[in-house]
Amino acid sequence: MRMLRSILSIAVMASALMLAAGNVSAAEDTNALGSNLGPNPAKAFKGEQCVEPVDVMRREHMNMLKHQRDETLREGIRGNKYSLTECVECHATKSPEIAGGNIRTVKPFCAECHKFAAVKIDCFECHTGTATGTRMRNLLKPKESGKNEHSENAITVGMLENFLDNKAEGKK
Amino acid sequence: MTKTTPTALADEKIDTERRRLLAAGGAVAVATGIILYGAGAGARPKGQPASSAQRWGMLIDTNADPSDWDTAISACKREQGWGGGNNPATDPQWIRKVSIKNKSTGAQATFPVMCQHCANPPCVDVCPTGASIKRADGIVLVDKHICIGCRYCMMACPYSARSFVHEPVHNQKPHMPRGMGTVESCTMCVHRVDAGLLPACVNALNKKGSKAIIFGDLNNPDSEISRAVSAHVTRRIREDLGVEPGVHYKGI
Repeated sequence: MRMLRSILSIAVMASALMLAAGNVSAAEDTNALGSNLGPNPAKAFKGEQCVEPVDVMRREHMNMLKHQRDETLREGIRGNKYSLTECVECHATKSPEIAGGNIRTVKPFCAECHKFAAVKIDCFECHTGTATGTRMRNLLKPKESGKNEHSENAITVGMLENFLDNKAEGKK
Repeated sequence: MTKTTPTALADEKIDTERRRLLAAGGAVAVATGIILYGAGAGARPKGQPASSAQRWGMLIDTNADPSDWDTAISACKREQGWGGGNNPATDPQWIRKVSIKNKSTGAQATFPVMCQHCANPPCVDVCPTGASIKRADGIVLVDKHICIGCRYCMMACPYSARSFVHEPVHNQKPHMPRGMGTVESCTMCVHRVDAGLLPACVNALNKKGSKAIIFGDLNNPDSEISRAVSAHVTRRIREDLGVEPGVHYKGI
């Protein structure tokens, strides 16, 4: 009986060791192959530097957005550092599967990791995931006729600032 | 009326194009042809919350040209991205025209009705999740992040101002997320007001040369709306309910 137990325990230890060894080699494989195994989100459409370092963004972006959405909506605090609209502006990319590649949407970027992590995003069931900045900024430029139509179009504070700065410079 | 805003330019016609954002920290830069408003009216500096020092309101002139209301409604649709559905009975409607007639005299009036941005909003009282909120500056909003679409607020609203979104929404505006299963209503163009602009309906009317809707800070005695409200007898719809709407009507 004692013999049997010691054989069993040896067997258990051996299998544990094998598993551990397997894990180590798996980890080495991951390192060796790098991005081929994990998600590989596309580079931002514009800019090299996000609002926080990449590892912080990967871990914390959902908390940042959730925290700031309450401040913006419920307290009316505008212009804070983290903005879903700005996420879209930088990270929206063209994808042949979406609208024939004619528009920039943030969905491919988000989906890359979210698929891997089995997370369902619901930001973009209500928020637009389509980048409209360029078009909007063009609309915000002063018109030749002297009539500008910025108020007719959707604007954000940042766009308004750009518009007013351009206008002030133009008047000098 | 505790407001002291000497910098608010009382006699200047509000002109959105000439407004300038206040820089962060209250720093002020003056450029030719650009008016800076004080804390009473213009854009809030970045990072500052809405303040109860302000009470945004509107004054609607019911004797205005009835075509003005179509202008206002189409501007609202364009700005916020609603409208265009195929089910008039259930499609969201943020602002609508109401016609009344005094049967004994035959006098008629048509005017727009939307969220009245009550000081004591029943929709906020009844909301089971806290999604229906009144901001510090009196603007009543739906926090769609936590709205469960129960529509209790729609039942409570004496003005039938809120709509439920029955169908999927696409191509939303960046500043106005909208989604199926939530309740929505006039936001008094909170994104524009925060940036120092006029609401879309008021702006469209001003561009047309109409003063049918005046927007401004009811707490600031020097604002155009405060002067108008003190100069004319105005009414608010169903004043008897005591909900203290922020939208005043002249001529009914």
